[in-house]
Amino acid sequence: MSASGVVTIMKRWIRGPIAVIGLAGMVALAGCSGGTSDSGSGTTSGPTASGAASPSASGKISGDITVLAAASLTETFTTIGKNFEKAHPGTKVTFSFGSSATLATQVNQGAPADVFASADQKTMKLVTDAGNASGPTLFATNTLEIAVPPGNPAKVTGLKDFADSSKKTVLCAKQVPCGSAAQQVFTLAGITPKPVSYETDVKAALTKVEQNEADAALVYRTDVSSAGDKVQGVTFPEAQKVVNQYPIVALKESRNSATAAAFVGYVTGPGEQVLQQAGFGAP
Amino acid sequence: MSRGAGAGRAAGLPAVLITPAMIGLAFLVLPLVGLLVRAPWSRTGAILAGSDAWPALRLSLITSTAAAVLALVLGVPLAWFLARPQGRFRSALRALITVPLVLPPVVGGVALFTVLGRSGILGHPLYQLTGFAFPFTPYAVVLSQTFVALPYLVLSVEGALRAADRRYEDAAQTLGARPAVVFWRVTLPLIGPGVAAGAVLAWARALGEFGATITFAGNFPGTTQTMPLAVYLALETDPDAALLLSVLLLAVSIAVLALLRDRWVRQW
Repeated sequence: MSASGVVTIMKRWIRGPIAVIGLAGMVALAGCSGGTSDSGSGTTSGPTASGAASPSASGKISGDITVLAAASLTETFTTIGKNFEKAHPGTKVTFSFGSSATLATQVNQGAPADVFASADQKTMKLVTDAGNASGPTLFATNTLEIAVPPGNPAKVTGLKDFADSSKKTVLCAKQVPCGSAAQQVFTLAGITPKPVSYETDVKAALTKVEQNEADAALVYRTDVSSAGDKVQGVTFPEAQKVVNQYPIVALKESRNSATAAAFVGYVTGPGEQVLQQAGFGAP
Repeated sequence: MSRGAGAGRAAGLPAVLITPAMIGLAFLVLPLVGLLVRAPWSRTGAILAGSDAWPALRLSLITSTAAAVLALVLGVPLAWFLARPQGRFRSALRALITVPLVLPPVVGGVALFTVLGRSGILGHPLYQLTGFAFPFTPYAVVLSQTFVALPYLVLSVEGALRAADRRYEDAAQTLGARPAVVFWRVTLPLIGPGVAAGAVLAWARALGEFGATITFAGNFPGTTQTMPLAVYLALETDPDAALLLSVLLLAVSIAVLALLRDRWVRQW
């Protein structure tokens, strides 16, 4: 191999890291313009970046929006998003589903999103208190239900079974919305539960029942219906007294506020039918 | 290896290596610095006194150590089996062993249910006979951690076995040592650093385990709530407290590793 060949290879190798540094710099810049609204370059580049979706005063409904929504809305919001895209050609809705609290943290850390839908008002308050949104609208309610394995092998009939330590029951941890709702239900019923586990989210609680490792879990009504025949539901009267309310809001940082507002309107309007079919209650 | 190091020294450290090395280092260290900067140091006392942190830390240290020991007991012989030149189906076996690395840990937890759960393949007869089931017990935490940590140990020890000079084993054998004696007196001392590195990797992976644990073992303070689970829950309500708990876990793990390095690893 000639010396010039070696030099060419060396040059190629050197170019790599430089390109990486350049890329890192660009990403850093993009991060800045996306995160802060009061920097001059950020506000001017924002509308251009989203192209046709310019949030002009006329408020044209088109372009892309990103919706952060509670995990329990995964099925319903995916359907509502498709319906919305059909109703407003030229729009594209991208979802990010997760724990409401995690999503609220992302919003407050400057995640580029347009709409936030949370599974309870406490989590929504984290976002509104931080000044990242105002005036959320309630669009759905959810109540708790007991999920048991098919055939209900441990013969769970109500909340009192959660106090029976011979039965393996699981609850959500009090830090997450389904857990704080569970705590209220047990306080109302005057029962001290003795679960074997406090799950980190409602899906983890449901998994324990689906795998027949737990005899019962306290989850949302909608989780029981979306789990299909992998679990059975057991209703109890106290559930009606603790109602989780789902708020939705368009975010202040949205680069496409017209479409974001239209999506919020769509969820609280035509979207209601989809939500109620999945077991959600009307607000 | 020594030849490469000599050449590097003669030519000076090439910029082509230094630049990505520094970027790599910054990529690993800066998030840690971020944690340290953001952690609410003024609330340290209140957060540590009023939380589940201490039982969780204690459980984490006990279970991850148990998992590392279990990984050693099972993993070193497995690595030895994989590294033997006459071993059959080795490439397929090696691929199987890396499965827990690729599998999302939550799915790993579900997979453990299917075998060791109350209605699992092995767990069901066990439950019928004894009334004991692994899920929701500290044993389940250790099993989850071992499941995800074992591949790190096996791959690390296998690498050491392949790099070791086999002529020492051959010499011992021709001098009349039985295979078990050869393994214990010759092979194991030869691959000591590899075993130590693998055990440390496995321990560290076990200490940080989250997904398989929450699925297979659940979360109950003092029984199955390890530090990563406590951190995750703290993140839901008090993100600053979660940062502080993470820093505590990091500090303890770094202290343990530093201590081991001085007392034990340096022997080799």
